[in-house]
Amino acid sequence: MSIAARREDFPLLATQMHGHRLAYLDSAATSQKPRAVLDAVRRYYEEDNANVHRGVYELAARATQDYEDARETISSFIGAAAEEIVFTRGTTESINLVARSYGEKVLGPGTNVVTSAAEHHSNLLPWQQAAWAHGAEVRYVALAPDGSVSPDALAEVVDAGTRVVALAHASNVMGTVADISAAAEIAHAYGAVLAVDAAQSVPHRPIDVRALGADFLSFSGHKMCGPTGIGALFGRADLLAAMQPVYYGGEMIEEVTLQGATWKETPWRFEGGTPNIAGAVGMAAAADYLRSVGMEAIHEHEVELANYLAQRIREVPGVVVYGPKGQRDSGVVTFNLDGVHAHDLATALDTEGVCVRAGHHCCQPLMRQLQASSTARASVYLYNDREDVDQLVDALVKAKEFFHRVAR
Amino acid sequence: MSLDEVYRQVIMDHYQNPRHRGRLEEPTLSAGLHNPTCGDELRLDLKVDEEGVVRDAVFEGQGCSISMAAASMFTDAVRGKSLGEANRIAESFKDLLMRRSSDRSALGELEALEGVAKFPARVKCATLVMNAFEKAVQSLSEGGGSGHVQA
Repeated sequence: MSIAARREDFPLLATQMHGHRLAYLDSAATSQKPRAVLDAVRRYYEEDNANVHRGVYELAARATQDYEDARETISSFIGAAAEEIVFTRGTTESINLVARSYGEKVLGPGTNVVTSAAEHHSNLLPWQQAAWAHGAEVRYVALAPDGSVSPDALAEVVDAGTRVVALAHASNVMGTVADISAAAEIAHAYGAVLAVDAAQSVPHRPIDVRALGADFLSFSGHKMCGPTGIGALFGRADLLAAMQPVYYGGEMIEEVTLQGATWKETPWRFEGGTPNIAGAVGMAAAADYLRSVGMEAIHEHEVELANYLAQRIREVPGVVVYGPKGQRDSGVVTFNLDGVHAHDLATALDTEGVCVRAGHHCCQPLMRQLQASSTARASVYLYNDREDVDQLVDALVKAKEFFHRVAR
Repeated sequence: MSLDEVYRQVIMDHYQNPRHRGRLEEPTLSAGLHNPTCGDELRLDLKVDEEGVVRDAVFEGQGCSISMAAASMFTDAVRGKSLGEANRIAESFKDLLMRRSSDRSALGELEALEGVAKFPARVKCATLVMNAFEKAVQSLSEGGGSGHVQA
């Protein structure tokens, strides 16, 4: 069952751009925010704002309640327990936290981390740095031609020395989706943990961390209709409990003396300093909003729209679409127009009110593999509709005509 | 906003028929730059004589029409100019794109890129070659003299 696009819930989408209707097709970079999220953040600041976990007065209790309620909401959104959710600044910080804290615990000479060349830099660099700092090896799983990671290819590189398998659930470039359950089985068979970069999946499809078999799972608020500067790390309770803090400071301690300190329980020991309380409230409001629409329905809507988008732009002669050849399973469609650099194309589309991303999408190793220095990427969400796609196609045809004319 | 204001014919001509593409065997000055946000890559090689006059200027790289056309036009513009004059061209060009008052007299065809100022996200594409030039000159002052300076 598909849904009608929820355009009217998002105030920004009423904006005119260069005299045109706005066709926002860059949700893989960041999503727009529904009124429900904006209202929740405003309500928090107008009614409950105080610092959390320390005041004895009523207002502080309310702020603490809001913050911990948000943790509960986010945990149930992905099928986890509240104490398994650490609030962070976003996916990047979540992955860095795991790589540093868990990496320090398990990585050393003779061990390895398995990841892929298709990862976003934020799921590549933290693992490279952690592995190299501890004398461990970084291994890369061979990619299928469409850029995806197959369980068979993964099984080729994982061995008894593997401590961590770090993979993206959904690719921000190729629009492919990894079989995370199969990856978890392979990792667990060798005693390794599976750390999932879910920045592009949690906002777009139903997620159950237990069903996936994920040991760690990182995602951002701003890509799921929430505010920027807030995200979450899911960590299996027993794994988090055995990890050291990364940020030391206020809020995360049990007892401090001049000789040492003891840490709060998880997840609070990982949240040193005053957290982004309003961000957490906004992220939880986003999760509630998405759940009220229905994650399965959102996923179906996006897949249907992405298939329509890929099919329509393929009809434009000279357009090359990357990623899956057949049915798509996510809202990301990456493409190029023959003879026009992706940047020039994005500028041309912008003048018609169409926002797409152009560049290497923070995936330089993958782009090298594609032999494309730059590509354009359109990505859809629950507020996009066929009108957005048609506007993109019309702008694409216009851009093509323009560049062919001036190139004479 | 019209695309014609940015993508003038002369720009597309330089993009498709770059004037001074290649590498020098023994450049006096050389600098490579990479624009990490978009993936554009550029290397600029200069042959500078003892009087400080640019005798040859070539570039190699990949990128959008704006960055490649600017590189083609800039290498055209600085040939036969002193390093000081070349530097003034670079400065004037940046002033033009930042909408500051600019000395247009020595810009030549580079002036055609003026429309890029209307697209702030693209200014860095147009100035990539100037930044490479400045990096190359800086390597000269740091390296303290002539010879093959790789930056």
